[in-house]
Amino acid sequence: MSVTTAALRTPEAASRSRVKGLLEDERWLAAALLFPTMLLLGLFIAYPFVKGVMLSLTSARVGEPGDWVGLANFAKIWDDPIFRRAVWNTFWYTGVTTVFKLALGLWLAVLLNRHFRGKAFVRAFILLPFIIPTVLSTFAWKWMFDPTFSVLNWTFYKLGLITGRINWLGDPDLAMVSVMVVNIWRGVPFYAISLLAGLQTISPELHEAAAIDGARPWQRFWHVTWPLLLPVTMVVVLFSVIQTFADFQLVYVLTGGGPANATHLFATYAYQIAIGTGLLSEGAAISLAMFPVLFLVVVVQLLYIRRVETR
Amino acid sequence: MAQVVIRSLNKRFDEVHAVKDVNLEIRDKEFMVFVGPSGCGKTTTLRMIAGLESITSGQILIGDRVVNDLPPMDRDIAMVFQNYALYPHMSVYDNMAFGLKMRKFDREEIRRRVQEAADILGIRDYLHRKPRQLSGGQRQRVALGRAIVRHPQVFLFDEPLSNLDAKLRVQMRVELKKLHERLGTTAVYVTHDQVEAMTLGDRVVVMRDGVVQQVGEPLELYNNPVNRFVAGFLGSPAMNFAPVRVVAANGGGLRIENDGLRLLVPPDQAGRVGRYAGRELTFGIRPEDLRIATDSDPPDLTFEAIVEVVERLGSETLLDIRVGSSAMVAAVEPSAPARVRDRLRLAVNPERMHFFDPETERTV
Ligand SMILES: Nc1ncnc2c1ncn2[C@@H]1O[C@H](COP(=O)(O)OP(=O)(O)OP(=O)(O)O)[C@@H](O)[C@H]1O
Ligand SMILES: [Mg+2]
Repeated sequence: MSVTTAALRTPEAASRSRVKGLLEDERWLAAALLFPTMLLLGLFIAYPFVKGVMLSLTSARVGEPGDWVGLANFAKIWDDPIFRRAVWNTFWYTGVTTVFKLALGLWLAVLLNRHFRGKAFVRAFILLPFIIPTVLSTFAWKWMFDPTFSVLNWTFYKLGLITGRINWLGDPDLAMVSVMVVNIWRGVPFYAISLLAGLQTISPELHEAAAIDGARPWQRFWHVTWPLLLPVTMVVVLFSVIQTFADFQLVYVLTGGGPANATHLFATYAYQIAIGTGLLSEGAAISLAMFPVLFLVVVVQLLYIRRVETR
Repeated sequence: MAQVVIRSLNKRFDEVHAVKDVNLEIRDKEFMVFVGPSGCGKTTTLRMIAGLESITSGQILIGDRVVNDLPPMDRDIAMVFQNYALYPHMSVYDNMAFGLKMRKFDREEIRRRVQEAADILGIRDYLHRKPRQLSGGQRQRVALGRAIVRHPQVFLFDEPLSNLDAKLRVQMRVELKKLHERLGTTAVYVTHDQVEAMTLGDRVVVMRDGVVQQVGEPLELYNNPVNRFVAGFLGSPAMNFAPVRVVAANGGGLRIENDGLRLLVPPDQAGRVGRYAGRELTFGIRPEDLRIATDSDPPDLTFEAIVEVVERLGSETLLDIRVGSSAMVAAVEPSAPARVRDRLRLAVNPERMHFFDPETERTV
């Protein structure tokens, strides 16, 4: 009996020790550890990307594989005034909101970095807009912007600031502003908390030294805090710009790109063309048009971060 | 140039009473050292002088001005921090120039002053470097440079040498002393290293638990400590203490004794010690006031000891000895023929015996 068991076990044990031996080898271990990541990246990033590129070069529609058309889709969107509007919107939307998010986030971070009662609570509270699912909070905003039930209108009216109703999402310019406001509201916590983490790595002694050196609070911020926070700021801005540039949910829920296509961004317009209209290939081309821009942003900022860090 | 006067200074953090009723006059051009064990309130006191910490009660005057409500920048002081607190993103030059730039000095004057300070401190070659490209000692100099370019009325130092290795520390100590002699600026220096305190200070303040124990010139504190704490804190190796009983000696006079000691109290001390006749007392003697006895030593100024450890330092030899039930250290001449487990007779220097009240710990 015992002999049989031993005979049965031996090959199993041997294979186990062989696997162990392989894992002791760093090259094999690295490969083994990287494999799941590579698989996931390949499956969910690389494959759709390549697929998207292929798609944009055909005339595919929903339910119709289509034929190879080369760059025809790109030529078509180039002449599309709505696409141009969407491009312009996207840049404008990203630029304006980033400036506001950075300014407000930094301001909040500096405030939160002070000592006060209930600090931990306030810090957690600040994160709320970031934690609540975007679609949910955006629906809440949609209610606040509703021409009839708008709590904003009601407040402004009661304060005597306006006399009639403001159609927040119905006017092309106001709609864009409204969407930006919601984006800023949602984005500030990320900035504030990330920058706060950055601020906390700056030794308070540096501020004390600067105070003794005769720097006023504003000068201390400008000459000490800001330069030391710059690397963190750059990373935060990088993430935020990428996200904002490719934003979809906010606009989709609030305006759906309207009124009269006034608030379309790359992503929402691509969606509308590809899914709404069924022109898959053209939608893919619109999405891809975003890629060079984002790529450039990433490269420039990464280079800049590296320069700041090695300074 | 300025004096610093501290009147009934108190600092309370929520539960901690960190500084208790400190009164002190730091004279113009004086180098005053605050020394004491960790947490005794030295840094807090210094930070109140700097204006980095609010004052709970009391007054601080720099020059003739009450500075309680002045922000740091208006107090005309410069501070050197323990971790240097150099601006990491600025070159050495800019670090030193920063205070002058903030005070709107003109370019030429800034350049002149930074060069001058760099020459004094020997850091001319590093002016373009970033702090992180410097060694600890060089950073220390930059921190000093940043303080001296401003020509302030008072220098404040918070353990500026504690991050340096032992050799560099000794070297910087000497340089600090020279620098002070050259500039003559009033300086307040915080340390927990009693050697630094003794060597640097014109006068020394010993603190414990937020209370000033004694203020005086280093040797004054060393020779005439007001209590057992000061006696034990200054000097290395520390003073030996042993509980003894005061009894009348056979031939008149007084004796102190315990299970290992039997010593005559010198006549000039007898008056004060006499009040403790028949009672307990703490006897103190510094290691260097013990030596190996010879036949000519009067027996009632010697005692027998068992050697437990011999440390030969070259310049002297430290003997860890057992005297009755007390452990003591004796610093004897380097060539002393002592070995572990030897039984030796040691003689005390009768002029340097210390006596402390066992309850109040005050010097008798
Ligand atoms: N910000 C603070 N909040 C609360 N308590 C503090 C604060 N700063 C210091 N203390 C307390 O005050 C007392 C004195 O602290 P201080 O830093 O002055 O000591 P120190 O003499 O400089 O000691 P060390 O030699 O360790 O630097 C300590 O008990 C400390 O815990
Ligand atoms: Mg301290």
